[in-house]
Amino acid sequence: MANQTISLEVFRYLPDQEDQPRFQTYQVPYREDWVVLDALNYVKDYLDGTLSYRWSCRMGVCGSCGMMVNGDPKLTCAAFLKDYYPKTIRVEPLTNFPVIRDLVINFDDFLHKLKEVKAWLIPKEEKPVSQGEYLQTPAELAQYKQYSMCINCMLCYAACPVYGIEPKFLGPAAIALGQRYNLDSRDGAKNERADFISSSEGIWECTFVGECTRVCPKHVDPAGAIQQAKVINTQDWWLSFLMPWGKK
Amino acid sequence: MKSKEYIRPMRAMWWLHNTQLKLFMLRELTSVFVAGYAVFLIVLIAKFNTRTPVPLGVDPFGDTLRCPAALVFQLIALPFVIFHSVTWFNLTPKAIVLFRGEERVSPLVIAGGHYALWVLVSVLILLVVL
Repeated sequence: MANQTISLEVFRYLPDQEDQPRFQTYQVPYREDWVVLDALNYVKDYLDGTLSYRWSCRMGVCGSCGMMVNGDPKLTCAAFLKDYYPKTIRVEPLTNFPVIRDLVINFDDFLHKLKEVKAWLIPKEEKPVSQGEYLQTPAELAQYKQYSMCINCMLCYAACPVYGIEPKFLGPAAIALGQRYNLDSRDGAKNERADFISSSEGIWECTFVGECTRVCPKHVDPAGAIQQAKVINTQDWWLSFLMPWGKK
Repeated sequence: MKSKEYIRPMRAMWWLHNTQLKLFMLRELTSVFVAGYAVFLIVLIAKFNTRTPVPLGVDPFGDTLRCPAALVFQLIALPFVIFHSVTWFNLTPKAIVLFRGEERVSPLVIAGGHYALWVLVSVLILLVVL
């Protein structure tokens, strides 16, 4: 076991030196308790210090180390070598995003979309601290709790063919997070978010492929969030159509 | 200075990547048969909507339904339409999320309800037709 190795085929792109990316193979020690991120750290520390990639917590919380592992979007801190050994592991940057260098992607587009859907709590009424907390029952919490588990790892964007074909699509995580706040009993900005979530580049662009839900490491189920948003949006449209005098 | 970013092209055959994507494409393809069957039904209804009197013993609806071309089309369309219906029924718990207090109603209940309704409506139609 001590001398066993595993091949790591890593996507390399050095924009200052090369026009096209290439793959570079490294032999790293095989340990049963190692994850792909450990292998990358070994490459960085002992074999090739020029390799660039993002990582932080190493425990599936920060969402920084998402990469394509053998073609599937994965958190590399949760992808064990033993699940691939003895075959070669191919590591690439998340698909559907521009590559800045090696395994580092540019996710400005995702951050912009998070801002568009206002993925934060906007209370119905601002109240002074002296009036205490915005209270919520466990049943109200249950309505959105699953969607609040999103760690912004963007694996869902890498898995989504709709986003790959149409980059204007708001995308799974941004919609799921918008829905998370729409379902929060303390929030009052559903109509503000609707301009983006209900637009043609929002929920209606989704063809329900379901890959976002399959790859989500936190079981957020973004595909479910999008379909629920479609149902709520349709109900709201009918209500405003049948009762135009009613409250929007 | 911002460095040059590399944009990877989307592969034309992206849907061959895994089984789930292939099933998704198959589900999308079955829509053609659902639409085809809808057109077929419209043609059938149009056969009813004729102002010329139908001679005794002639059944334009039944004759159209039983003609060889229609039978072949129905035989081909049936498995695709069933696949389409089953896949969508199985996905209904994604769109319909109900809570009983803090507990989410089981997805099996949501999907099962749709299947039960499907069977009920089919039986009612059969009772009317037969």
